[in-house]
Amino acid sequence: MQTGVSKRGVLPGFGLTMGYSVVYLSLVVLIPLSALLLNSTGLTWEKFWSVATDPRVLASYKVSFMTAAAAGLIDTLLGLLLAWVLVRYDFPGKRWFDAIIDLPFALPTAVAGVSLTAIYSQNGWIGSWFEPLGIRLAFSPIGITLALMFIGIPFVVRTVQPVLQDLDAEVEEAAATLGASRFRTFWRVVFPELLPPLLTGFALAFSRGIGEYGSVVFISGNMPMKTEIAPLLIMSKLEQFDYAGATAVAIILLTISFVLLLLINSLQRWVRKTAR
Amino acid sequence: MKKGIKKGVLLGIVVAMTAVLAACGSDSDAKSASGDSSGESKGSVELLNVSYDPTRELYEQYNKAFAAYWEQAKGQKVTIKQSHGGSGKQSRAVIDGLEADIVTLALGYDIDAIQQTGLIDEGWQSEYELNSSPYTSTIVFLVRKGNPKDIQDWDDLIKDGVEVITPNPQTSGGARWNYLAAWGYALHNNNNDEAKAQEFVKELFEHVPVLDSGARGATTTFVERGLGDVLLAWENEAWLSVKELGPDKFDIVYPSESILAEPPVAIVDKNANKRETAEVAAAYLEYLYSEEGQTIAAENYYRPTLDRVKEKFADQFPEIKLFTIDEVFGGWAEAQPKHFNDGGIFNQIYAPK
Repeated sequence: MQTGVSKRGVLPGFGLTMGYSVVYLSLVVLIPLSALLLNSTGLTWEKFWSVATDPRVLASYKVSFMTAAAAGLIDTLLGLLLAWVLVRYDFPGKRWFDAIIDLPFALPTAVAGVSLTAIYSQNGWIGSWFEPLGIRLAFSPIGITLALMFIGIPFVVRTVQPVLQDLDAEVEEAAATLGASRFRTFWRVVFPELLPPLLTGFALAFSRGIGEYGSVVFISGNMPMKTEIAPLLIMSKLEQFDYAGATAVAIILLTISFVLLLLINSLQRWVRKTAR
Repeated sequence: MKKGIKKGVLLGIVVAMTAVLAACGSDSDAKSASGDSSGESKGSVELLNVSYDPTRELYEQYNKAFAAYWEQAKGQKVTIKQSHGGSGKQSRAVIDGLEADIVTLALGYDIDAIQQTGLIDEGWQSEYELNSSPYTSTIVFLVRKGNPKDIQDWDDLIKDGVEVITPNPQTSGGARWNYLAAWGYALHNNNNDEAKAQEFVKELFEHVPVLDSGARGATTTFVERGLGDVLLAWENEAWLSVKELGPDKFDIVYPSESILAEPPVAIVDKNANKRETAEVAAAYLEYLYSEEGQTIAAENYYRPTLDRVKEKFADQFPEIKLFTIDEVFGGWAEAQPKHFNDGGIFNQIYAPK
């Protein structure tokens, strides 16, 4: 009996919680995804391939992944900065500031899209400053990136912030007493701890950006081959009642995202291992 | 340990299944309850009209008028629920199970798609007069006040320096009329030469800086963002924009010829039979052709088809040469795959060289 208990681990209820996880994962994620796969079975392999590798579809993947990656990277930098300021310094209105970070989560994305377009279009507040320089913010890949940055920033801040909060000040003090410069302290002591959450934040912002539709359609201009995102092409195919074609595009999109996320996750695990 | 997992998994599944069953059960309970209530009291009936975006005001007004008419004629109270959205989206919602009694969409193609699932009986387009299109519209130009670029006809749209705003015909049903109007004009002015028409439309889309996904988005781009010199719009949308945003900002220009946009209506037979609403649904659509129905359509800037009402609103709707999709394109069943589906002509416009 005793060996049985020790085998089961310290926490009780593993079986039950595992069961729940499997069921809910199935209901919420796996079953809808398998329905997606089923939908595409109406296509022959050649047809699937010709839909998936159409030049316009390929261009849309490129737009989606490039802008999502750019937005994710910028968000990672800005998010680190924001989290740093929020954790390390005290200033009036800090709580408000902190709460505002979450707004992109709550705001309907279409509203975000419309208001961002209003600001960044050529006669908007910010866009009008760039127009004389020949830079078009809205209706270009820059516009898409700006929208995705807006959507993705809370992911980075909210993953980095708690880790930064839990970081002991003593560790840094110890580094300082041992003669490390401030930069060296940050680079060798603080940063390695922050790398895993930064990667997670990036992965979240990035994958959110790939799927984002609501805000992007307003700001992107939707020009085929240039600023047309993959989710818009999916909508476009649905509009032709071409369910199978739409799922073909979706499956490719999902597969690439999944592989990329897997890569990021294993990179993160590797970082965590080497850091210790 | 293995047994533990298995038991847990089983228990989890059982719990989840009961939850799902309970949810389904209560759902069907609710449905049957509502079914009972409508069956019991013949005194009231409910209709769901699934329509597209710019008919919101039209049907709000019409529903009140019809409810009053029906109560007087049959002594039955009718409440009409409306649903609005992009025409294609609405069509898919009905296909996927939204229990509409009536659909009133932007183009016949979207109703054809519902018919193909068997929800609507074949031949719906000849069930009512005039291709089942009680009111019509056309495609006109909305330009900035004073018409600074002097845009008078379709040819002017491809002049140097003119920017045209129109949504993407692949994502917006309404925009397909814009595209077809331009095509028809080019065809008629080039001795029906298809290659020339294609050239014209290609050039036209080279003047489009932004392809919005829907008609309302394109209007926002033109009106709020100040992009473009001319917006291709439905006549009713153009009038609505001028009325709401001030006549001091925009002018409407009528080209020499345009397409007769026919937004059709149909009963969703399967749903109406199941919900026992076929009679009132038919009356609802028929009444659109009555003098009152036509007047309401005209008041909402849709072109009436009844002569008496037409005369009354003659000032509002200038006579221009209008061609129909059946005349020039052989109907939606031919136009859609040829122009808009993947591999169609619209795709070639944007194909990389």
